[in-house]
Amino acid sequence: MTGLIEPKSIGAPLERLEGHAKVTGTAPYAAEHLAADTAHLHPVQATVARGRITGMDTTAAEALDGVLAVLTPGNAPRLAPGDDPELAVLASDEVAYRGQIIAAAVAETTEIARQAADLVRVSYAELPHDVELRADSAGLYAPEVVNPTYPTDTTEGDPDGALAAAAVTVDRTYTTPMEHNNPMEPHATVALWARDTLTLYESTQWPHGVRDTIARLFGLATDQVRVIAPYVGGGFGSKTIHANTVLAAMGARAVPGRPVSFALTRQQMFSLVGYRTPTIQRIRLGAGADGRLTAIAHDVVEQTARLKEFAEQTAVATRSMYAAPNRRTTHRLAALDVPAPTWMRAPGECPGMFALECAMDEMAIACGLDPIEFRVRNEPEIDPETGLPFSSRNLIRCLREGADRFGWRRRDPTPGVRREDGWLLGTGVAASTFPVFRLPGSAATVRRLAGGRYRVQIDAVDIGTGAWTSLAQIAADALDVPPDAVDLRIGDSALPPGSVAGGSSGTTSWGSAIVDAARTFREKFPDPEEGDEAGGATPDNPDLERFAMHAYGAQFAAVRVHADTGEVRVPRMLGVFAAGRIINPRTARSQFIGGMTMGLSMALHEDSVMDVRFGQVANHDFAGYHIASNADVRSIDAIWIEEEDPHVNPMGSKGIGEIGIVGAAAAVANAAYHATGVRVRDLPLTPEKFLR
Amino acid sequence: MIPFDYQRAEDTRSAVATVTARPGAAFLGAGTNLVDHLKLGVAAPDLLVDVSHLPFDMIEPLAGGGVRIGATVRNSDLAVDPVIRQRYPMVSAALLSGASGQLRNVATTAGNLMQRTRCPYFQDVTTPCNKRRPGSGCSALEGYHRDHAILGASRHCVAVHPSDLAVALTALGAVVQVEGVKGARSIPIIDLYRLPDDAPQHDTVLEHGELITAVDLPALPMATRSTYRKVRDRASYAFALVSVAAAVDVERGTVRDVRVALGGVAHKPWRARRAEEALRGAPATDDAFRAAAEAELAGARPLRDNAFKVPMARNTIVATLRELTRREEP
Ligand SMILES: Cc1cc2nc3c(=O)[nH]c(=O)nc-3n(C[C@H](O)[C@H](O)[C@H](O)COP(=O)(O)OP(=O)(O)OC[C@H]3O[C@@H](n4cnc5c(N)ncnc54)[C@H](O)[C@@H]3O)c2cc1C
Ligand code: SF4
Repeated sequence: MTGLIEPKSIGAPLERLEGHAKVTGTAPYAAEHLAADTAHLHPVQATVARGRITGMDTTAAEALDGVLAVLTPGNAPRLAPGDDPELAVLASDEVAYRGQIIAAAVAETTEIARQAADLVRVSYAELPHDVELRADSAGLYAPEVVNPTYPTDTTEGDPDGALAAAAVTVDRTYTTPMEHNNPMEPHATVALWARDTLTLYESTQWPHGVRDTIARLFGLATDQVRVIAPYVGGGFGSKTIHANTVLAAMGARAVPGRPVSFALTRQQMFSLVGYRTPTIQRIRLGAGADGRLTAIAHDVVEQTARLKEFAEQTAVATRSMYAAPNRRTTHRLAALDVPAPTWMRAPGECPGMFALECAMDEMAIACGLDPIEFRVRNEPEIDPETGLPFSSRNLIRCLREGADRFGWRRRDPTPGVRREDGWLLGTGVAASTFPVFRLPGSAATVRRLAGGRYRVQIDAVDIGTGAWTSLAQIAADALDVPPDAVDLRIGDSALPPGSVAGGSSGTTSWGSAIVDAARTFREKFPDPEEGDEAGGATPDNPDLERFAMHAYGAQFAAVRVHADTGEVRVPRMLGVFAAGRIINPRTARSQFIGGMTMGLSMALHEDSVMDVRFGQVANHDFAGYHIASNADVRSIDAIWIEEEDPHVNPMGSKGIGEIGIVGAAAAVANAAYHATGVRVRDLPLTPEKFLR
Repeated sequence: MIPFDYQRAEDTRSAVATVTARPGAAFLGAGTNLVDHLKLGVAAPDLLVDVSHLPFDMIEPLAGGGVRIGATVRNSDLAVDPVIRQRYPMVSAALLSGASGQLRNVATTAGNLMQRTRCPYFQDVTTPCNKRRPGSGCSALEGYHRDHAILGASRHCVAVHPSDLAVALTALGAVVQVEGVKGARSIPIIDLYRLPDDAPQHDTVLEHGELITAVDLPALPMATRSTYRKVRDRASYAFALVSVAAAVDVERGTVRDVRVALGGVAHKPWRARRAEEALRGAPATDDAFRAAAEAELAGARPLRDNAFKVPMARNTIVATLRELTRREEP
């Protein structure tokens, strides 16, 4: 990749273009696209974890005043067979997990719809179920690949031999619980079937993907479906497409001409829109007396659904992180009677780096080395996995810069010796990483408007990341105009295609398409006139074959653990990142500290407790499923170092949406150990784990 | 959600008469708990009688030195009341440790006391629960019960009472004023709440249709040195794992009198009478506090996953008493 665009607007801390509309409540989210005649949908969910529906009585529901339709497997439209069983909504009598949608009521109001759904009587032939992930779960198997297309297992050298011969070894098992994405805005759709066209106001990370999937399932041409998503209140991976959107579209088909609204309740989000698999990770490290790693083995057991395979790439980051001649990673899945897991912020890296970075801390201590120095000693020169050079890798700079700013050098490594007002104090560090992903399939157009302005169109979507603003900045620099000369249009499948807002790939993929369109426009129209238009697409990047591309970071945390109660608090966090050029420091900082906050939340709180008898998450609301509250997040800061990387894309940027969560929980757990001398390897770090 | 009628109560007498006469009727305070239950199907009243505007919104001195808190005083107003802050700081602290600013701004005193357990099975109508559906079984006993009771539970129900305010009021020995069709009665708060026994559907001894009109605090001078310590998973916006309301009167290193109540450990706010007894006349030392806490918790019967509450409660009692006595004698 050659020819970085000259940064003028890029790098400027522009305020969010839609910020004013959002804070004044005038930016409409999906469920706010209501018309006077909008009908409302409420689903009926299975109350067994596995079995078959033997009877369904909808008489009382249908008889209720205000009910417009009751959808059941018996009367729902037949969908085209697809490759995603999760989306085969109301397609059969089989129940594959508790909470699965088995019917739905459409009514004049949400209250009537809910009452009608409650009135549907269902009987089941129940089958025995298994919903519990165990290290020795029956039928553990190796998937063909792990997400998206990585090899399931890798081996280099002789890890077992090297471990047996190592001067120092660490052999530990770490676990992370099931976690639910829980974006602030629940999943919502307002669907309208009118004049042979289906319009969906949708809370989604991928309008084009939703359009294509819905069109295929309902046997429609893609131009008969339009998906509109101007503002989305978070997704964290859970807003690709799930059964709720298909059901909303079915609801719309049932009452042609009337919009149908389906906004999930928080409780429903615990069974319908995915989650992060729990993981059981055994890590074995071997090192010489000099503190150089000789072996790394990372063996993962995690779950998928019997209904549909989802193979979290938990050990993949371990393959490239540190130099060691002997390495092994494996993934084994248990297929359970549960909803399918899904993408959740930094899938793979997030749980995997928790385990690896805690193990690195334990190994540093075992070697008698400072954890930063230990990582420096094991820095690889080239990517250990592919043998390719790194396009840029500045982990050590991040660690060193962070150490200076955080005050690391004064740290006494002895655990459990600092005490203040009844609290034990400690500090910890961990590394972060996230790959540079680039997705194909995005296209953009640039059109000259009156008054020297340019309309830039692409079906990208801003899920709270700041894409509205950063894409306008990229377009401005690509066209060499000020950002207010750009009239950006995103979040609508009627625009040129955009790839999913996922994998921290949006800015790379959409931005590259915009730059390509702008370059074409400038070449084609040296003296542009109103109405001139050119298009472009995300170009191939031959450097992908020649370089390993990742962003890196260092996470620092200060932790207090109450000596009497075991309560864990995090007064301070610092993240230092190396992620190429930063397009917009203001929105980038939000992304980094947002990721770190979610990592803090993962470290201390998040835990979906599976009730193995019922097959459902017992604590399925926000009183039971804790996420960090404002009071839990004290001083938190993110900074970044200058990094020039001409290989990644024409902006020189790496994705920043996910790296902030990677390593954060490990930094907190390592700090909690430093505070107390108690090593907790099972997340979350709840008080009872420190009480003695 | 089942349709229901709504009435704004005109006066106490008619509100009580209306609800008493209709088995499906319920009083409505600010609705921050009850309305959730309507949505979830946990409660299905056919009539809500809104008592949140009845004229019980005063905090007034009582003859004899106590204070009367009206049933509709909002949690926020109660927490910042100067008399409450000065004379009963544990009440203020308990309120401010609960819920959120928005919720406290509307939630009423009576509604707070009458809020129902946060046991997840109680709130999920697809699972068995003796409290919600008597005789259906207790899902928490063998299920998810990290937050559940260690004291006074039965095999029929192991839920805990969620109110923070009620714990402070229990330590103080408050008296609840109640109006029923048969007239008024006063119930010491310790007798208002029940242990589950074999009828966990009843949280309190109130009859259907009995209305709380006020809560009376005794004079209790030692309560000026009182506090409320709430141990929870998050720094805010979480129910207690364990909480301690305590007041102590120490003279020359000896405990003259003491009040201790625990939250998050039982079906009712738990007055720690054994600990209090052990402490009266004892030296104000960590050892004595610990011995008293252990005496109280000797009867604890933890469940599979909540044994941690025993040391947590013990340590919190000790730490709270230590803090109060240090404050007194620097
Ligand atoms: C997100 C959230 C977090 C919370 N966190 C906490 C916390 O940390 N600590 C805490 O203590 N609480 C907490 N709460 C609970 C909160 O304190 C209660 O919901 C509130 O106090 C109830 O008051 P209300 O007026 O809204 O009662 P309502 O919901 O109106 O009523 C509750 C019950 O009281 C009955 N009732 C109301 N008035 C009377 C009366 N005068 N006489 C007899 N019965 C009556 C009603 O019939 C109903 O059964 C939380 C609530 C929420 C939603
Ligand atoms: S503990 Fe009580 S409230 Fe919870 S399930 Fe058991 S009976 Fe119901």
